Amino acid sequence: MASIYLDHAATTPIHEEVQERMMAVMNQHYGNPSSIHAFGRDGRKLVDQARTTVAEAINAPFSTIVFTSGGTEANNLAIFGSAYAYQNQGKHIITTAIEHHAVLHPCEQLEKDGFDVTYLPVDELGKVKVEDVKAALRDDTILVTIMSVNNEIGVTQPIQEIGALLDDHQAIFHTDAVQSFGVYKLDVQSLGVDLLTASSHKIYGPKGVGFLYKKEDLHLQQQLHGGEQERKWRSGTENTLAIAGFDEAIKVLEREREERDRHYEALQNRLLMELEQQGITFTINGDLNARVPNIINISFPNTEVEMFLTNLDLAGVAVSSGSACTAGSIDPSHVLKAMYGEEDPRLTNSIRFSFGIHNTEEEMAIVAEKIKPIIDRLKKVVT
Amino acid sequence: MSDNANTRVVVGMSGGVDSSVTALLLKQQGYDVVGIFMKNWDDTDEFGVCTATEDYEDVARVCHQLDIPYYSVNFESKYWDKVFQYFLDEYQSGRTPNPDVMCNKEIKFKAFLDHAVGLGADYLATGHYARVRERDGQVEMLRGIDNNKDQTYFLNQISQDILPKIMFPLGELTKQEVRDIAKENDLATATKKDSTGICFIGERNFKEFLSEYLPAQPGEMQTLSGEVKGQHDGLMYYTIGQRQGLGIGGAGDPWFVVGKNLKDNVLYVGQGFHHNALYSDALLAVEVNWLVEQDLSQPFSCTAKFRYRQQDSPVTVYPNEDGTVYVKFDQPERAITPGQAVVFYDGDVCLGGGTIEEAYRHEEALAHLG
Repeated sequence: MASIYLDHAATTPIHEEVQERMMAVMNQHYGNPSSIHAFGRDGRKLVDQARTTVAEAINAPFSTIVFTSGGTEANNLAIFGSAYAYQNQGKHIITTAIEHHAVLHPCEQLEKDGFDVTYLPVDELGKVKVEDVKAALRDDTILVTIMSVNNEIGVTQPIQEIGALLDDHQAIFHTDAVQSFGVYKLDVQSLGVDLLTASSHKIYGPKGVGFLYKKEDLHLQQQLHGGEQERKWRSGTENTLAIAGFDEAIKVLEREREERDRHYEALQNRLLMELEQQGITFTINGDLNARVPNIINISFPNTEVEMFLTNLDLAGVAVSSGSACTAGSIDPSHVLKAMYGEEDPRLTNSIRFSFGIHNTEEEMAIVAEKIKPIIDRLKKVVT
Repeated sequence: MSDNANTRVVVGMSGGVDSSVTALLLKQQGYDVVGIFMKNWDDTDEFGVCTATEDYEDVARVCHQLDIPYYSVNFESKYWDKVFQYFLDEYQSGRTPNPDVMCNKEIKFKAFLDHAVGLGADYLATGHYARVRERDGQVEMLRGIDNNKDQTYFLNQISQDILPKIMFPLGELTKQEVRDIAKENDLATATKKDSTGICFIGERNFKEFLSEYLPAQPGEMQTLSGEVKGQHDGLMYYTIGQRQGLGIGGAGDPWFVVGKNLKDNVLYVGQGFHHNALYSDALLAVEVNWLVEQDLSQPFSCTAKFRYRQQDSPVTVYPNEDGTVYVKFDQPERAITPGQAVVFYDGDVCLGGGTIEEAYRHEEALAHLG
């Protein structure tokens, strides 16, 4: 049975052009960028080319880009790195209740280490209020970390406004842009961010690589100690193959961005239309007017998410919900909890669909057709 | 495509060798097999490590070997309400609960069966050592052929209606054969140790575990004639017929728990394995569940088990109008324990069972047994 993949917010397939580039790199360019011989220079050239691509993509200087092993490492470097580098100016951190665990868990760890963290609430639409950030700011606030686009509901956050608010405050502003990097043209200057995280495998690049934009003159405590690669901000031999792939993925993205957006939009509209035509009852979680087109989180009343997801997978449709615990069972989404409170049925009946460049509108019709009998069956079972 | 390929069987997989082989056998028979791991207990330790993770990893490894899909389902809150709360309540009433029986009744063969049906399953399979067979249009549950492993005792409370939806592929095998099959097929769980004890307690100290949930009330240990022999740590820590942990020295035969007085918080002790107070000749069973259509208008003879891995004893069952049964033993039985199950058999067929409410001798209730 052919499967339909609608979980691109989890990861994306590697774009064909990226694959070609990586094949070529794998075959020829294996030098260690730190080596001073011809092979080393060859490796370094790849990394520097990629750095140029990233820097231009987000309107940042070349030297501000630090390659990491991915979004999680970039977030950890941003949060621990800045908290420990600037703790003499205060120990207060502001974040939101709907961040990815790669932000929330570092913040929780910092709390254990004596920092004070404010977790801002969101409204029913999944948006953080700029006034709430303003109200939470203190003289000893050293870091504000707020995601650009939420990975579960696709809602965009007012990063630019928060950036402007923080203009005349000492606090460093970090944004986890893992989900927005593949959709929006980001400009770190106009966003007013000091740190920005992005990841390759969400934009049709390989896994195992991401970057942290770190504003010039900003200091971070090193998290990995060793050969002082990446201007000492991230030790460890550069993952040249993946970095080259990331480079290519960004180039393709820049070229295809608008086309992709239109495609995602069409897929989303088609899916919603097909669901309606099947007579399926559903509601959409999150702000309809401030969202990326490639993620949509839908609540299906009278279903139960574990059974629903399993059924969909058995029917050949790959989607997701919340996050799975290490024993495979699904924990209620902390994002929906923040929006609706602990008891809302939407916590256990919502599914995330995230679209990709290879999806077709016909697939959306098939998905709706497959959902229909499952919902009918679950109505009988779920009590 | 064969019929089996169109027949979906959901297998409850625990990460142990029994359920692994269950899935393997069904896969070999060509069924559309789906593995499901049940997470019934949140046992995250002080380092934040959830021990269900390891078992789930084993499920994943085996399912990769078998090339079948696998998923997890969370029944933690249901398990807490239906099994754990019962477990605590029974201990609090001075009885000895059987959480495995309750888990089969409420979780594995109710909530989990519903889940399987929700997944479009035609059958639910588990790695229990029991058999189901159809006879005269009725589906019966039989003992597993490995007498030492037979698990019908724990299955006595499942509903007769669901038997047509159940598969127990291991019922025809011995434990040794199951292990051999696992080894021959190089299953990742082939050499895994069998889990022991009550699932949510695991390898932990039972007393410590229970004391986290129920306040222990130490009291006196007395003989039935009132002679104080020492202190007990709390009645819930002792079960009828137990020898270990009494700490009574002195001459003569070893000491045993022969009864409990919940009202006065007294633990009765007596000397000798065969102490007279431990023996009864009848019991009253409640919550009786029949797995076979049974004529309850008159008494009937059959055999019964009063605890797991015990030989059957011949009994006569006297059905009461309220659905309970009075069970008379041909021979006196030692250490009949309220809260445990009594399970009835006709040869290999499991007729059903109930919960032991009270034991009797010469038609008098033995109050000291709980």
